[in-house]
Amino acid sequence: MIGQVLLVAVLALPAAGALVTALLPERTARITATVFAALTLIVAASSWSSQDVSWLWVPRLGINFHLGVDGISYPLVVLTALLTVLCCAYTVWKVPEGGSGRTLSALILVLEVGILGTFLALDLVLFFVFFEVVLLPMYAVIAGWGGPNRRAAARKFVLYTLAGSVLLLLGVFTVVAAAGTSDMSLLAHGGGLSRTTQCVAFTLFALAFAVKAPLWPLHTWLPAAHTEAPTVGSVLLAGVMLKMGTYGLIRIGIGVTPEGAYWASWVLGAFAVAAIVAGSLICLRQTELKRLIAYSSVGHMGFVLLGIATQTTAGVQAALIGNVAHGIITGLLFFLAGAIKDRAHTGDLADLGGLRETAPRLAGLVGFACIASLGLPGLAGFWGEAFAVFAALERGWTTFAVVAAIGGALTALYFMRLLRKLTHGPATPALTGIPAITRTEWLAWSPLIVLTLAVGLVPALVLTPALDSLALIGALR
Amino acid sequence: MIAEVLTPLLPGVPLLLGLVGLILKPGDGGPRKAAAFLGIAGAALALLIAIVLVVVVDAPVQVGMEWVRFGDLTVSLSFSLGPAALYVALAVCVVALCVQIYSVGYLHDDPRYAPYAAQVALFTGAMLLVVSANDLVLLLVGWEVMGACSYLLIGHDRRLPEAPAAAVKAFVVTRVGDVGFLLGIVWLAVDARTFRIDGLLADPGVHTAAMLLILAGVAGKSAQFPLHTWLPDAMAGPTPISALIHAATMVAAGVFVVFRLFPLFAASQVTLAVLGVMASVTLLLGALAATAQDDLKRVLAWSTVSQLGYMTGALAVGSPAAALFHLLTHAAFKALLFLAAGAIIHAVGTNFMSRMGGLRTHMPVTFVAFVVGLGALAGVPPLAGFWTKENVLVAAAHATEGGGPAPAWVGWMVWVAGLLGVAITAWYATRLLLRTFFGHVRSRTEEWFVGFDDARYEVPPGPAHDPPGVMRWPLIVLAVPAVLLGFAAFLPGFRSALELESPHLGVSIVAPLLLLVVGAGSSWWLWHTAPGVDPAQALGRLRPLFAAGFHLDQVQDLLVVRPVRALAGAVRLLDEKVVDAAVEGTGTTTTRLGDVLAGAHRAALPRAAVAVLGGALLLGVLAAIVGVAG
Repeated sequence: MIGQVLLVAVLALPAAGALVTALLPERTARITATVFAALTLIVAASSWSSQDVSWLWVPRLGINFHLGVDGISYPLVVLTALLTVLCCAYTVWKVPEGGSGRTLSALILVLEVGILGTFLALDLVLFFVFFEVVLLPMYAVIAGWGGPNRRAAARKFVLYTLAGSVLLLLGVFTVVAAAGTSDMSLLAHGGGLSRTTQCVAFTLFALAFAVKAPLWPLHTWLPAAHTEAPTVGSVLLAGVMLKMGTYGLIRIGIGVTPEGAYWASWVLGAFAVAAIVAGSLICLRQTELKRLIAYSSVGHMGFVLLGIATQTTAGVQAALIGNVAHGIITGLLFFLAGAIKDRAHTGDLADLGGLRETAPRLAGLVGFACIASLGLPGLAGFWGEAFAVFAALERGWTTFAVVAAIGGALTALYFMRLLRKLTHGPATPALTGIPAITRTEWLAWSPLIVLTLAVGLVPALVLTPALDSLALIGALR
Repeated sequence: MIAEVLTPLLPGVPLLLGLVGLILKPGDGGPRKAAAFLGIAGAALALLIAIVLVVVVDAPVQVGMEWVRFGDLTVSLSFSLGPAALYVALAVCVVALCVQIYSVGYLHDDPRYAPYAAQVALFTGAMLLVVSANDLVLLLVGWEVMGACSYLLIGHDRRLPEAPAAAVKAFVVTRVGDVGFLLGIVWLAVDARTFRIDGLLADPGVHTAAMLLILAGVAGKSAQFPLHTWLPDAMAGPTPISALIHAATMVAAGVFVVFRLFPLFAASQVTLAVLGVMASVTLLLGALAATAQDDLKRVLAWSTVSQLGYMTGALAVGSPAAALFHLLTHAAFKALLFLAAGAIIHAVGTNFMSRMGGLRTHMPVTFVAFVVGLGALAGVPPLAGFWTKENVLVAAAHATEGGGPAPAWVGWMVWVAGLLGVAITAWYATRLLLRTFFGHVRSRTEEWFVGFDDARYEVPPGPAHDPPGVMRWPLIVLAVPAVLLGFAAFLPGFRSALELESPHLGVSIVAPLLLLVVGAGSSWWLWHTAPGVDPAQALGRLRPLFAAGFHLDQVQDLLVVRPVRALAGAVRLLDEKVVDAAVEGTGTTTTRLGDVLAGAHRAALPRAAVAVLGGALLLGVLAAIVGVAG
């Protein structure tokens, strides 16, 4: 019972917080939002192993308000709640130009409701609803508080992802119409769907989630959105919103339409590997800081998708930890990139250089985040990449494994290039005399730094709960 | 019991203290004392643990627990220290401690000393992790952390424009090899269903592809042809770092991994043959390149490449014991040579031998250190290098008879390359000694301070002098094993630890000794007949080729760097002009279509009335047809 209350509270708290925040005066509102986000984090962290909540919603269509948490969703739920707290706290200190901090904080909380709902939903229709809830607040965040080309970027983002959502909706109703229910617990292991239905539905799901993840070549909304979004927007976008795509692929793609997933796994794997290499190569030629980090996400999510495509237990585990690690590390990278851009008033790599001369601590953190992101063993990013390669070999995809591993080396190459340009050499005028890291920034960043190290050293934090749950959704080969 | 507790602490202590050290304030005015304390304490404690383990342990220690499970495969956090690994650990700790102490003096005016000391500690811990790991994934952690530390340390010096590029090169080239290393490990685990080294060694099946892939990683770390190109450039790092990288960590890691997994390598002749070819090429390439360098540190760097060829050559002919023994003595004399080179650079403010000379009388301690180090490097009896190089050559000679794990032709190749290497090594070692310490002191000119002058101190006028105590004592300490370590082969305990055969000096020593005399003698004779002239002049037209390391950097640039860069440009163009343009195109097309339709709807009244009536008529007809059909 108490568990069910907690589960509902995970969604109700940020929703209530958003309402309250919107009504309060400016500074109080931002602090209130942080408090609500922190409460949500506490509730989310303690929601582990709580019972499912299931209320009838539209009984005639077999649609239930069904929420639940398990080992697959729990790490992502906690990560979402954590990043929201950090973003809210960051907004208390610094409101990006373009609008009031009160509205931004409220929007962040609405975003949180949508993302958490997506991770908690155990009903296909409910999942779709939450999946859509996220879109508009994110549009508003980019269009309201973003950089100079924010309107075009926000429009591209919302239209592109809406197109993906249409496919998701089609997939959902294909499944619901065929099975007569939308409850994922009934649909697990394929739920008696015919092979053809599964193949059709999976194709639709895969395309929809590939836009969200994003999988090359359906990624072009991402660089624009990231480059223009304010720091907190980028952090949430890269940190958890992309994970809705990969999570959906695991929970629905493999969970509901396993036959279809197996049928298409080879194609998905090929695109994942192409994404890894293409993402890394494009990064080698980027000249803008945030755009480079955005493209690095394409490569990293390629590893996650490769893990999913193998449909082995090890592969999906690699995808799960890769998801979480990317959320932590890229969240940190976007915080750092935002801090540098705010200080230098430019993100052009040609104007940035010698950071370690003027801000050694900041340079050290950038180095740490880059090295973590390129998958240094012992830090969080390693496990997902190495074991995606492992899973590909285990599945018998030797070529994919080799190409993915080469992509890993290319990742190192572009991060080294970035570090060399950004931190070494003589300080450029843009970076001369910049202020040191503030206390709020430390507060927002340090949990991510600690988690990067902790997940790297104790991967069982993420993986042990997942192992039992993966056995439950089954359908792994 | 005590050994089980201490084994994980051996890498754990320096790693932890290194992490703590990274938290200290970097940049100008950082806390030097705390940083030095943490660095030295880390190395000293690790040394203490290693000594206790050597004393306490008689059987291999094993300790471990489950780390994480992927599917049905367990990754374990397990450590294992056999007697041979313990000696390597001991060497690592001694060199690391010397380097840490020496660095206090060498970087006395460096504002970024604090992160430097912490990174050295991490480096040491990572190497100890490689030495003590009993799980391939855990080994990979140490392996890669070492790569990252080498990157940070090589790029340490802010005054050198070439340092960042050298650092990136070191990381990326080794990382390219590590693609193979990762794939090899994963492949082994997929086949054998375990990552544990003891499990793999218990049933060494034939895994040719996996072992060849692992060799790629070894080539990267241990600077074997064709992935050796990063090592000479890595001289941009501060000199103590060169000592650390060249002696006990990094380059030793590759050799150690082959030693550790040797039964797996020995199961496949192809692997050993590839290793043998790599070793022979590396050995001669490094030695020849060393003959023509003017930069003191670059001579030593190329000599490391060449000596690593001896170690991998010994492995290729099936004698891991000889390889490890040479690794140990090389650790001693190469650390000694680099730290002594640092003392010279510290004193004269340049790396170029053409600007040195006559330093013998002013720097007696450094001179003795160099004589001992170069003697051991060239293999002058009874110094350490003599015994171990002899071991390698004997092992190669044995392999020429066939019957071992390696084919006989590999034995011949390594043996011939090894013998030639002896003469060339003696030649360039003599040249280095003569050019630096004998002859006249050269006067300083305006262009004195250029090149790899990583220690560009304000050198006071007047003659050069020996370094201060904090830099002198590490030299003296390291000179002891550089002289005596070879005699360890006479200790039964040491021999059984390495599984080394007892030394017997037979006819086999005649050829190397003869070649040694020829090499050293010809170098001296060139110097003697034309005093003050570089003996490398005698190389004639080959000299620029050797000096440039056979232009392999350019080959690498042409074959790898440029194509990757071009490909990256092409993919970016594809992404922007095709993929994204398609998306943008869809958007604009939709908007245009909308405009067209909107235009069609903006009609004047008569046309609109006609359209409405026409539509009504059409619908009416349709309804009538449907009605009739119904």
